[in-house]
Amino acid sequence: MIEGITALYIFMLAAFTGYEVIGRVPVILHTPLMSGSNFVHGIVLVGAMVAMGHAHGPLEQLIGFLGVMLAAGNAVGGYVVTERMLEMFKSSKGKN
Amino acid sequence: MDNIIEISYFVAAILFIVGLRRMSSPVTARGGIVWAGIGMLVATLITFFYPGMENYLLITVAIAIGGGLALWSGKKVAMTDMPQMIALYNGMGGGAAGAIAAVELLRGEFHSTTFLTLAVLGALIGSISFSGSLIAFAKLQGWMRRPMRFPGQQIFNVSVFLAAVALGGVLLTSADFSGTVILGFFVLALAYGIFMAMPIGGADMPVVISLFNALTGLAVAFEGFVLGNAAMIIAGTVVGSAGTLLTQLMARAMNRSIGNVLFSSFGATGDAGGEAVAGSMKPIDAADAGIMMAYAKKVIIIPGYGMAVAQAQHKIKELMEQLLARGVDVKFAIHPVAGRMPGHMNVLLAEADVPYDRLYDLDEINSEFAQADVALVIGANDVVNPTARSNPDSPIYGMPILNADYAQNVIVIKRGQGKGFSGVENALFFADNTRMLYGDGQAMVGELIHSIKTL
Repeated sequence: MIEGITALYIFMLAAFTGYEVIGRVPVILHTPLMSGSNFVHGIVLVGAMVAMGHAHGPLEQLIGFLGVMLAAGNAVGGYVVTERMLEMFKSSKGKN
Repeated sequence: MDNIIEISYFVAAILFIVGLRRMSSPVTARGGIVWAGIGMLVATLITFFYPGMENYLLITVAIAIGGGLALWSGKKVAMTDMPQMIALYNGMGGGAAGAIAAVELLRGEFHSTTFLTLAVLGALIGSISFSGSLIAFAKLQGWMRRPMRFPGQQIFNVSVFLAAVALGGVLLTSADFSGTVILGFFVLALAYGIFMAMPIGGADMPVVISLFNALTGLAVAFEGFVLGNAAMIIAGTVVGSAGTLLTQLMARAMNRSIGNVLFSSFGATGDAGGEAVAGSMKPIDAADAGIMMAYAKKVIIIPGYGMAVAQAQHKIKELMEQLLARGVDVKFAIHPVAGRMPGHMNVLLAEADVPYDRLYDLDEINSEFAQADVALVIGANDVVNPTARSNPDSPIYGMPILNADYAQNVIVIKRGQGKGFSGVENALFFADNTRMLYGDGQAMVGELIHSIKTL
């Protein structure tokens, strides 16, 4: 378990990382990057799997099932659309 | 095995951060998503070996259904509809965070009040993001045309939100995990998400989607703390802070504060500020417009969402090539909120193979309009409205605009005489140096190309 002050440290450092990573991004990449960060929080799939894996009784299982399904949609959908958008970035000097 | 799982999550977190970093430069962007994708794959696969897991079959089926539907819809969606798809997938993430919290609450085995608080907070934020994103999706998809407003709406919304928080408080203090309180809490949180997104106009939606994106990240991080999952904490927090910054950047590009977007009614004041503009709209035909551009030294093209709706981007690329072949300098001026989101227009033009080094953003291009012979406006409206510079009473006053009116000649391709997304009359269309080319975007650009070819 990650507890107390350690958790706070992780939270703070990750927050700064997020801010820095996106701070220098050109406007042309805002939509793909928003889509990319949307994909990254698809990691919620891992949590949904664990919650579902420990669920007992029909109600918990039903909610867990919905959670995993939604999370998988977030992860897969986020990847597919981001990849499709980024695929199209070419320069006039580049391949083609 | 525990160690291997922990290390895998750690590696996944690194891959996410490196992936996002690479996604913030056009040169490495394509690789970036692959890095992040590998991280996701590693984390997901290793989770099957998590200690004490049951329900493997159900988990696999759920992944197959959710992932399959998302794969199918993500491959199929048109580039113009990207923003609402992002909203939809984002909402799903928020819903998943809410579902995790619901399962944990029903189990009711919390080690400390801190974890319980985080679970409830994550549930609140995740549920709001879920239902709010669905409304955002419905609006951009065109299923809900008008913003829904009624008197006393803000007070009503705040009441719903406070009621949700109060029930969350009951969960915390009473530690009573019976179904009714939990159910009431989720219903109120979901309702608040709906009511929050309802009154927001279509033009502001990107900012709201970005905000929901950040909120989902935060909800994921909170649930990560509850489950003791480092990958969720780090990835969620990174997205939470990056998304917040991105939301601010978007709001700033539209000259609105986030509070303004959420709590003011933009379109409602639009009619009051739209008093008559002096002058008249002067039409031109495609042949003359084509000649004007063919003999120009410098042409700046200003594409808007209307261009994408008319599917004119491939024609625009052909027009660019024709003009380049005649030695005309062609540049594209991209307003930060052209399209439906910052960068959306770049994606749409990239799809049509317009090289990205011909695209210039507002700060780069605005000083060049004075030297341009022709500014071609296609499907853009509010972003070239000089009223934003001159009329303090206008609802769009102060929004940074592209100074198309400084060009020697302005040609506007437009379907009819209607107003823009904000409902404000556009003074540019009435200016002396502006000519209107009425018709469908794709057909008109086709005629321009024809006119230039036959010279």
